[in-house]
Amino acid sequence: MTDLILTPNIDGPDDFYAELLETHDGLTTEQSNALNARLILILANHIGDRKVLSQALGAARKE
Amino acid sequence: MNKIFETPLYPYTRPPDQDAAQTIRRRVVIIGAGPVGLATAIDLAQQGIEAVIVDDNDKVSFGSRAICFAKRPLEILDRLGCGQPMVDKGVQWNVGKVFFDDRQVYEFNLLPEDGHRRPAFINLQQYYFEEYLVRRALELQANGAPIEIRGGSRVIAIDQHDDHTFLTIDTPEGPYQLEADWLIACDGAGSPTRAMLNLDFHGRVFEDNFLIADVVMDADFPTERWFWFDPPFNKGQSALLHKQPDGVWRIDLQLGWDIDKEEEKKPENVIPRLKAMLGEDVKFDLEWVSIYTFQCRRMDRFRHGRVIFAGDSAHQVSPFGARGANSGVQDSDNLAWKLALVINSQAPDALLDSYDTERVHGAEENILNSTRSTDFITPKSDTSRLFRDAVLDLSERHSFARPFVNSGRLSVPCTYDGSPLNTPDALPDAPARTRPGSPCVDAPLGNGFLLDHMRGGFTLLTLNADAPDSITEGVTANRLDLPAEGQVAERYLGGAASAVYLIRPDQHVAARFPTYDEAQIRAAIRRAIGASQ
Ligand SMILES: Cc1cc2nc3c(=O)[nH]c(=O)nc-3n(C[C@H](O)[C@H](O)[C@H](O)COP(=O)(O)OP(=O)(O)OC[C@H]3O[C@@H](n4cnc5c(N)ncnc54)[C@H](O)[C@@H]3O)c2cc1C
Repeated sequence: MTDLILTPNIDGPDDFYAELLETHDGLTTEQSNALNARLILILANHIGDRKVLSQALGAARKE
Repeated sequence: MNKIFETPLYPYTRPPDQDAAQTIRRRVVIIGAGPVGLATAIDLAQQGIEAVIVDDNDKVSFGSRAICFAKRPLEILDRLGCGQPMVDKGVQWNVGKVFFDDRQVYEFNLLPEDGHRRPAFINLQQYYFEEYLVRRALELQANGAPIEIRGGSRVIAIDQHDDHTFLTIDTPEGPYQLEADWLIACDGAGSPTRAMLNLDFHGRVFEDNFLIADVVMDADFPTERWFWFDPPFNKGQSALLHKQPDGVWRIDLQLGWDIDKEEEKKPENVIPRLKAMLGEDVKFDLEWVSIYTFQCRRMDRFRHGRVIFAGDSAHQVSPFGARGANSGVQDSDNLAWKLALVINSQAPDALLDSYDTERVHGAEENILNSTRSTDFITPKSDTSRLFRDAVLDLSERHSFARPFVNSGRLSVPCTYDGSPLNTPDALPDAPARTRPGSPCVDAPLGNGFLLDHMRGGFTLLTLNADAPDSITEGVTANRLDLPAEGQVAERYLGGAASAVYLIRPDQHVAARFPTYDEAQIRAAIRRAIGASQ
């Protein structure tokens, strides 16, 4: 079983970061929040591994 | 014509006990002729145990209340001799549709597995469910079984003793006293027994109101379960439409917390809401309207010496998921054989503690599921609503999101994993679904079905294995040899070459082994009747 990856893992971090922000372009805060929620669900499903997901939730809570 | 729920089915008649010079002692007294009290009494009486039901009313449930009955309770009712009329009358459905805002987001099919006598669900008004149970009880009584339903009999005082309970029962002709060796409190969520004995009932109350309306209409809505999140006709809330027999439709509308219940119940307020939902020109009559709130609560323990709680008196869940009556019937299924064995001195009193262990486990499972459904349907915070709406939004285009949609996880039978009555699984290659603790999975057998052959007592199922016709170790287990082929083999052998199962009277698996070993089976029986501690 793999653990949650918490070291750099994305090629071209600046590109990705820009794309993430562009995705929210023109959205109200409410729409952005909704988009973020959808994004979390999509990514979580892609990861699938319950252990990794729990680790990610913990990391996000700064535990 | 009077509706069945307006017809007295067991009106008060003065029992001889009321005129006895000395207080009469009955074997088992059951308080409450709801689904659970009736099922328990029938089960006991079928085993020859005297069961007297007292109920303050003399009719079946007013209004439909429970409408959705699951496969496992139907199988239990088959054992009680009244599953067939329920299924004949009930409406079967498999398709559900989920709507969000103004559109359908997806549709599902329960796709029940084949090779079972009973369907995954039927919809049937609780008043019919109770009527068929009452009829079965009266039929047993007419045939000489020790069962009795006393209407118009309200229990007003309870005095607990070590080996019996002393009851005061009020009737239209005044009160009388009665003693019970065993008392089973099936007196519903508001249980007066619980209050009289000063017992706890902990849990969560959900701050929400639901309007429930049963309407009679000739509409060509299909026989499907329709659930709306945030629909235009009930903004910010939810709604449910579900079909029952006799052209009756169940409509559930979430109303929120700050409402005037009496106002909302008035037809002049209900009818416009329903028209907004069903369409202006649909013609309908209101059969029953009620407003309810949700609670998910349970007692710490269901057994208190000689007083035992079953059904809503012991645990209460929200209706989403249809787990109330369905789980209450499973309580009675679990309790009746144990109590009969203890009364007949075939098992130690400690067997009844396993009722507590197993059914508390069942209640926990139901409360967990029911709480989660309620949290999804009525989000309690902005963030919770944000994710809920995100799930619904995604579910329209992406199947991955659909399993998150929770409009009620419909009742599935409880597996008693970890029960002290189980012998550890000695057949790991056989399917997990028939592991110790699980209810037997039905399968076609001969011209009928497997569960038809397990209608009381312990059973020794064998597949590709020798065993004697019966074995007695305090109780007797009779052998049922199964063909090692077809769905029976799929469900009971799986990857194993041979199997011997010990099945309890409530059709739950107690133990399973690759072959018959007398000492092992004797030990498993002792354990299953609580005699090995
Ligand atoms: C709106 C709604 C929808 C529901 N939908 C479903 C569903 O789809 N599926 C499902 O499985 N469940 C459903 N339920 C739950 C279901 O109705 C209950 O779980 C079920 O009725 C519990 O049965 P019971 O026998 O434990 O108690 P009850 O049915 O409440 O019966 C208790 C009985 O005890 C009697 N009694 C009370 N006090 C005394 C006394 N002092 N002396 C004598 N008698 C007394 C009462 O008269 C009553 O007859 C629903 C409930 C509601 C409200």
